[in-house]
This record gives sequence, C-alpha cells and structure tokens, in this order.
Amino acid sequence: MTGFGRILLVETRLQLRDIPMLVFSVALPTVILVLLGAVPALRRPDPLFEGHSLVAYLAPSLLIISLAMAGLNALPNVLAGYRERGVLRRLSTTPAAPVSLLAAQLVVNLAIAVLGAVLLIGVGRLFFGIPLPRAPFGFAVAFLLGTGALFALGLLVAAVARSTRTAAGLSTALNMSTMFLGGVYLPRFLLPDVVVRIGDVTPPGVRPLLDAWSGTPPQPAHLAIMATVTVLAGALAAKLFRWE
Amino acid sequence: MPVIEVTNLHKRYGDRIAVHDVSFRVERGEIFGILGPNGAGKTTTVECVAGLRVPDGGGVSVLGLDPRRDAARLRHRVGVQLQESQLPDRIRVREALDLYASFYRAPADRDRLLADLGLANQRNSAYRSLSGGQKQRLSIALALVGNPEVAILDELTTGLDPQGRLETWELVEQVRDRGVTVLLVTHLMAEAERLCDRIAVIDAGRVVAIDTPAGLVGRVVPEQRIRFRPDGELDDGLLADLPEVTSVRRVGGQVVVTGTGNVLHAVTSVLARSRIVVADLRLDQPTLDDALLRLIGPEADR
Repeated sequence: MTGFGRILLVETRLQLRDIPMLVFSVALPTVILVLLGAVPALRRPDPLFEGHSLVAYLAPSLLIISLAMAGLNALPNVLAGYRERGVLRRLSTTPAAPVSLLAAQLVVNLAIAVLGAVLLIGVGRLFFGIPLPRAPFGFAVAFLLGTGALFALGLLVAAVARSTRTAAGLSTALNMSTMFLGGVYLPRFLLPDVVVRIGDVTPPGVRPLLDAWSGTPPQPAHLAIMATVTVLAGALAAKLFRWE
Repeated sequence: MPVIEVTNLHKRYGDRIAVHDVSFRVERGEIFGILGPNGAGKTTTVECVAGLRVPDGGGVSVLGLDPRRDAARLRHRVGVQLQESQLPDRIRVREALDLYASFYRAPADRDRLLADLGLANQRNSAYRSLSGGQKQRLSIALALVGNPEVAILDELTTGLDPQGRLETWELVEQVRDRGVTVLLVTHLMAEAERLCDRIAVIDAGRVVAIDTPAGLVGRVVPEQRIRFRPDGELDDGLLADLPEVTSVRRVGGQVVVTGTGNVLHAVTSVLARSRIVVADLRLDQPTLDDALLRLIGPEADR
C-alpha cells in the first residue's frame, strides 16, 4: 500500500473541508439528543422505554445516524465518485496503490463514526444523565461489528454501482431503511413488533448496542449476524469492485 | 534501443476490435505523435503502452521493460496524463502535487514545476475552482512530478481555448527540452504539426503511415499550387514546359500552376526572365490536413 500515510493525510483534510458532511455525520445525532433532552419529561425513566428515560432509550438509535452517514452514505458515494472521475485510474499509473485510497477512505469514515459516537455518549453522560455503556467491552464489540457490517454494505454499493447516480440511489435507499429499522425516524416502541425484531438484527444492530449500553452482554447470535454480514458483503465487494 | 517499441499490437473489447495491428518505435528525446480520427484506437494503444490494458496480441516494450510484468518499476519512470481523469473537488493544487510527489523516489522541484506550468498563483486553489486550462496543466504537472523519462499525454488540449492550447504546446516543448521522451495522442492536425518530431497516423486500428509531419505531407500530397494574376500577356506554354510543372490552368483572370519540388522558384524565374509582373501571387502548400484526408479519407466516409 505505497503512499498510504500521505493519502490518508490528504483524505482527512478533504473530509474536514466538507463541512455539511461533518455536521450531518458527527454532530446531528448529538443535536437531536440535546433537543430531546431539553424536555424534562423525556429525561425520566419510564417502563415504556424498558425502564430507561426516552433519551437513553433513543441514544443507540441516534448512534446509527453517524454510522449510516459515514458507512452507507459518504463511503460509497466518495468511492464511486473517485472511480467515475478517473481518480482511481489516475492513481494506478503512479507507484501508489489505488487500494491505499480505498483504505484511507475506510479509516477516515471509521474515525467519523467513532467521533459521532464519542460525542453522543459524552454529551449524553454529561448533560442528560445517560450512563456510559455499562458493558464497555460488549459495547465496543457490538459497535465494531455493527460498523463493520454497515461499512461492508457501503463498499458493496460502491462495487456494484456503475455510476455515481446509481451509488447515490442505492446508498440513500439503504441509509433510509437502516435508519427506519434502527428507530431513528420513529422511536422503536411505536414500531410494529416485527419491524422492531428485524431492526434488532439489521446492521448495525440496535439491539446488541442497547443491550451492551444497559449492561446486558450482547447476544452472541446478534453479533454473529453482524460478523457474517461484514464478511459476506466485504468479500463480495472485494470480488466485484472495479477500479475504472 | 528505442524508448518505446510496439510490435503488432492487437486489442479487442468483446467482438469489437479496437486495435488491429499497430507497430511503431519511439526514440529517446523525441515527441512522437499518434494521430487519427476519434475511435481509431489511439487511446487503447497508449493505454497498452502505459500498462493499463493487457494486449490480446503483439508486444509492447517501454525502456526495455514489459508494461505489465515490470509495472511497479515502470510507474517510477513513466508519467501518464490520462484523458478525462480528474481530481477530488476540494484538493488544492499544491496539495495534489505534493501528494503525487510523495509516491516517487526523486520527485521534481514542485515550486519550479508550478511556475513552469503557470500555476504558481493557484497553488492554494481548490481543484474545482480551476479553469479547464488550469486543470489540464495541473494534470500535466502530475505526470511530470516524478521526473519521468517518458511522458504519455493523451488528448492534452481537449477543451482548451486557443490561448490555453498554445501555452500547453509551449509547455510540451519545454518538457522535451528537458530530455523527456513524449508520446502524444491527438486528433488535432495543428497540434501534431506543431509539436511532433514524428507521427504515426492510425485509422481503424491500423498504422496508415509513420513519418515526420513534413514527410507525411510531401509523401502523400506532393503537389503545390501557385496562383497569380499576370500583368500583361503570358504564354502558358512557357510555364507548362518546365519540368517541375504538372499543369497550367486559367481560372477567371488567374493563372493556376500545379507542380512538384521547387516549382515556385522555377515559375518565378521564368516570369522574371520574361519581365512579367504578377499580382496576388499565392502559394498553396499542402497541409497535414490534406495529407490526412488522403490517408484516411474524408470524415463522412468513416
């Protein structure tokens, strides 16, 4: 992966210049949390929300916004754009490996997802009494596997889309269904039971995140699903990805 | 040893044959042009030379190496400027140049390169804010930043205005003067005529001719045409008898003489000896346009 360090530096700078993207992926979940948390009633525990306050109950869902924006939106669209505009092809005529650019994009978007999560968890803890994840290790595993699954799906979109338009369409569809199933649009207690169950195990897996946050170790079956999606979608993306 | 040697190159895309049979040799330090109509197989040919495509037949050798097998080594020594390849919108000029420079062991002096390419004032500009000509010049800079021995430039003045085109041509000449061998793809006669030491004319995937621009013109269209308006009586036989003259015609008040070799000198000598003053003397020399028209037929026939 010749040139990786320098490419990563440049990709990071490019990302930092894309302010709207940063706002949407890093800040938006926290902004929503702050708005909801401003209402006192939503900070009180309630049996309706499995004994949590509404903001605590919603936090894992809000987390999904960062993950989906980075993995399902930014990642495939930037990569498809780089391919369509000949950025990858041009790079392949130099001693640098184009795969370095792909890796740099993964790292940058992963950083954004982590940043969004840290901000959300930190603000929730400091201002709204949302406890830090009570099973930190389980939470980290659930977060990494869920993110891995979403990013693998994002790569798959970049691999199968022939143009930036297709990539944009596919990623929007995936992004919106991920957010819907994860309870971003409607709190999960309002969703039909079957949708909640599907959402539990749809990447990034709001159930294992919620479990780990509240102190229950995530169920191995849930984690296994995320790992399987990561491996399958990742392998398929690697097989189908075209550099030009 | 030639810097680039292409022997009986053949390349298909499915059923469509892009390159039938192309052979040429590029010597060190020359600007070698590949000229031909759109769809003739020019880009496919240079993409095989650049190692971006695998030939279906024939051989390609660059600096004595195989573009596919020795790709890693050649990428350090060959700079490529591709048709329609862009950069991310938000990358800055100097940033892109530094990034590409970091890929090479002994990169060129970036400040000098920016100055040479007239981009010194744009060093902190974002790619998307550049004009078409500036983008093109940056693309050329990226091809040169690794101090290559060979530069492959594909349709480098497409989309440029006449001024930008002229500046880019001067730039390519500077590149050659630094000792870089240039393989230039173009469909513009003026560009080939101005820049190239030698030209391979490609049509429908085959080499139609390889020669210097002047050689191509002379070989394909040997005839020159002289037109003038004689002031007084002129016996056409005087001119028709000259060995250099092939025909003498009258069109209105004009005499039109066609011939080969140094026909202009022969005709003007006769006129001077006969003390005939002429007005509106014009010599129509065939251009590369004429030569190409003869070689590959008018556009409508393709």
